[in-house]
Amino acid sequence: MKSKKKKGVLSKIYIALILIFMYAPIAVLIFYSFNKSRSAVWGGFTLDWYVQLFHDRSITSALMNTLSIAFLASIFATILGTAAAIGISNFKGKKRVLIQNASNIPIISPDIVMGVSLMLLFTFLGVIFGFEMGYVTVLLSHICFCVPFVVLNVMPRIKRMDQSIYDAALDLGCNQWQAFYKVVIHELMPGIVSGALMSFTYSLDDFVITHFTQGAKFQNLSTVIYGMLRKKIPPTINALSTLLFLVIIIIMVLINIRDRREEKRKAQKA
Amino acid sequence: MKSRKLSIPYIVWMLVFTMIPLVMIMITAFTDSSGGFSLEPFKAAFGYTNIFLKSLWIALASTGICLLLGYPLAYIITRLRPSTQRTVIMLMMIPMWMNFLLRIYAWVLLLQHNGPLDLALSLLGIHGSYSNNTAAVIVGMVYEYLPFMLLPIYTVMGKIDPGLIEAAQDLGSNGFQVFRRVIFPLSIPGIISGITMVFVPSASTFVVAQYLGGTDDIMIGDVIDKIFLTNNHIGAAISLILMIFIFVFLVLMNLFGDEEAIA
Repeated sequence: MKSKKKKGVLSKIYIALILIFMYAPIAVLIFYSFNKSRSAVWGGFTLDWYVQLFHDRSITSALMNTLSIAFLASIFATILGTAAAIGISNFKGKKRVLIQNASNIPIISPDIVMGVSLMLLFTFLGVIFGFEMGYVTVLLSHICFCVPFVVLNVMPRIKRMDQSIYDAALDLGCNQWQAFYKVVIHELMPGIVSGALMSFTYSLDDFVITHFTQGAKFQNLSTVIYGMLRKKIPPTINALSTLLFLVIIIIMVLINIRDRREEKRKAQKA
Repeated sequence: MKSRKLSIPYIVWMLVFTMIPLVMIMITAFTDSSGGFSLEPFKAAFGYTNIFLKSLWIALASTGICLLLGYPLAYIITRLRPSTQRTVIMLMMIPMWMNFLLRIYAWVLLLQHNGPLDLALSLLGIHGSYSNNTAAVIVGMVYEYLPFMLLPIYTVMGKIDPGLIEAAQDLGSNGFQVFRRVIFPLSIPGIISGITMVFVPSASTFVVAQYLGGTDDIMIGDVIDKIFLTNNHIGAAISLILMIFIFVFLVLMNLFGDEEAIA
């Protein structure tokens, strides 16, 4: 009995140490965001960096770019990927394996290779059609790495779906479109939503692929930060990190509250 | 619903944005600036063998440390109450949602000269420099990718039927034997996908070594990034080698996983 208790304490210490490892760097970022001095040493409390952050046009416009790209890319990727998953599920045997493997290429190939290959494509097409890389090429590239995640999330749902409910809807007087929309899409919804969410988060966080396909003028949050890190690092970055961290925490807490509520509701029903 | 046509837009999309770019990398790797066939880019690429090996070494070390830290963590988490499990997993995920570059920059701040770690350790009378070396690069990588190791192992371990563990105990196994004979073999698929998910991005990453490493800590990703500014052909050749290497690695991991599943 005693050794079991000891084990429990050791486990807790281990988890605590790992969590300290995960959060110490973030704590340091937050700490320095209030530091008056630009150096490593504490020079007094200030909120100046937060004020400067909102006056920094390059950061605010990069933030808007990041959000709009993530939003559009996840919408396009979700539509393209859901349609693709339904289509692919109707193929059989080798053809299906081939298409699915091809679809997984962007997931398994290293980001940098994908970024470089898209850059080669866009510069080549750019020379022919006379355009430069920018917002559109970044959007296309983000759709590229998002679609496979949608396919992967929707596919298992299709496999689990009972084919006869679509036929039943037709028998009960739905036309093909209604049956598709009301039955098939409804059944696949959880997969579609998680695919869309994954796309959105991957797009938000992307640095490598944007770096290679953004051209000279476009910047998202990651590439702006990259540019800043190469020069002398402004403390506004610390303020930015603190705010981002705050937003993430709020979102996570909201998601958690929603999940707990749903569980309670389910428990009450049962 | 029976229609295959729905997949046509995506098949065309894959041709244009996945297949053609890969073919373009190959063509670029096997030509020179005049446009004719050439093996010069590959000859030049082999000049970076040392950097390539160092990248692999750093990636292997990071993957190994992630496994050493992540495996016990996953095991401990599965023994907690379900609600506590979810909280710990969420706490492990939250830093992942921070921007990749900000997470690396946080380590630059933490390890810098006169930074928090330096000050804390100098109170104990230990002085040293913690940034700009290979160890700092590995720490940064472990920080980036530890959740990628934890999650697949945790998922697989969580699915192990408690009945199997009870059966082993009833048949006279002690705690260690249960672990070695039941839990460990059943968690191997999680280990394999964890290793893959950490090794592939850490072998090909760039930026991490630029900020946390010393002058000789250059990784193959950084080379690719730099070289494309001056010579597409050598860059394409290195990218191709990296890609082939990673595919071979994935195939080997898959083979290993299948064998384990049979045994």
